[in-house]
Amino acid sequence: MAVKVRIPTPLQRLTQGKEEVEGKAGTIMDLVLALDKEYPGIAERISENGKIRRFVNIYLNEEDIRFLSAEGTTVKDGDEVSIVPAIAGGGRREAL
Amino acid sequence: MGHIKGLKCRECGREYPIEPIYVCEFCFGPLEVAYDYTSIAKDISRKKIEKREKNLWRYRELLPIDGDPQVGLDSGFTPLLRAHNLAKVLGVDELYIKDDTVVHPTLSFKDRVVSIALTKAKEFGFDTVACASTGNLAHSVSAHGARAGFKRFIFIPASLEASKIVASLVYEPNLIAVDGNYDDVNRLCSEIANKYRWAFVNINIRPFYAEGSKTIGFEIIEQLGWKVPDNVVVPCASGSLLTKVWKSFKEFREVGIIREIGTKVYAAQATGCSPIASAIKKGTDVIRPVKPNTIAKSLAIGNPADGFYAAQVVKETGGYAEDVSDQEIIDAMKLLARTEGVFAETAGGVTLAAAKKMIESGKIKRDEVTVICITGNGLKTQEALQGHTLSPYYIKPSLASFEEVLSNVNKGV
Repeated sequence: MAVKVRIPTPLQRLTQGKEEVEGKAGTIMDLVLALDKEYPGIAERISENGKIRRFVNIYLNEEDIRFLSAEGTTVKDGDEVSIVPAIAGGGRREAL
Repeated sequence: MGHIKGLKCRECGREYPIEPIYVCEFCFGPLEVAYDYTSIAKDISRKKIEKREKNLWRYRELLPIDGDPQVGLDSGFTPLLRAHNLAKVLGVDELYIKDDTVVHPTLSFKDRVVSIALTKAKEFGFDTVACASTGNLAHSVSAHGARAGFKRFIFIPASLEASKIVASLVYEPNLIAVDGNYDDVNRLCSEIANKYRWAFVNINIRPFYAEGSKTIGFEIIEQLGWKVPDNVVVPCASGSLLTKVWKSFKEFREVGIIREIGTKVYAAQATGCSPIASAIKKGTDVIRPVKPNTIAKSLAIGNPADGFYAAQVVKETGGYAEDVSDQEIIDAMKLLARTEGVFAETAGGVTLAAAKKMIESGKIKRDEVTVICITGNGLKTQEALQGHTLSPYYIKPSLASFEEVLSNVNKGV
């Protein structure tokens, strides 16, 4: 059993159209770097200098990793990770 | 007018043409309008601005349109009140209220951003405008869109309060009440924006829409007699408004309208939703998302898209941030109404209460010039004050009954 990783539409070109790929257990950054070996280019799209880009949200089993241990969050086999670009502006709600 | 160079990603700097797009394809960062300031500097002057109509389009060289303004010809140029009474209570020398409780036509600063968004939507050739909103934005798109002749789709969570629904429905847009919460509505709107060729003001038109907030800053400078204040206090939800007020000051310097800016920018949030203020107070640039719980609903963004940039502006200018409780918000709304005759929405209570705290803690100096940005009208969120106002004196229709009350009033009972 591996980690299930959900890929957003704009990045599916890098995963040969696959919406879901398999990842390895470890920290979030380990997972991203391992994904990049299989799908080159994905790491630089979602991270920079070992940090997840500001406008990319990563969820571990539906919880935003910023509520957990950010890039250092540990992922284990059977977990589900979603990569979701933040909608620019307003986050999830309209207001000032 | 040819002053716009294109769109540019705030994160990675990649450039894009002027189109209804809003996200960088490479790094998902937000796109922002880039101007040619050298050509604007040759084309703008205080005199030229002063000769124009008193609306937000008097600064049109610094707004992202190609042709003439088409929407919001009566929006903007709201009063900058010298707040003598409030200054006395707070113990400061020179205090101003930028009063956006009276923006035409729907009484919040959203009328500014929607003016730009809908003018741009016309330029792009859209016939339908849309937004996801719970309040002020819905009202503004409904009203401005009606007058400008757009088809309108307004998406709200179905559980919204009746009074807010009426204030949109009266303009007869297609009001779509979604069976779900705010997050669900927004997620749905992103999908719809991808599928239909509509102008979603706060999605695909956002880079243009957001520029409208700069007009508050331009007006503050002009109304202070072409001077910048020492301090400006701005409420934060996504953080966009704060960054745009600062951008307006920098742009006026860039094009030679003013020479120097010594302004410190201060952020105001409700304690029940203060991801930006918390980051500033902790001195970090990591904005930790929160789950909002505050009466200041128009500020309740738990994961603020421009939070990082807003915190940077505060840091760069030497400002600070404060967060305030629901009780402090209500007290400040009442204080503003009692002293200056301005009935602000809850967000206005947040801004004033935060300013008060920062004056008391010495973060805002008492002998400096301070401007407080009040961004929406209290008549829309009256339920927030339920049980917190005075009561009427109930009397019989007789002089005796009235005079009984009057003698109590005079005794101060």
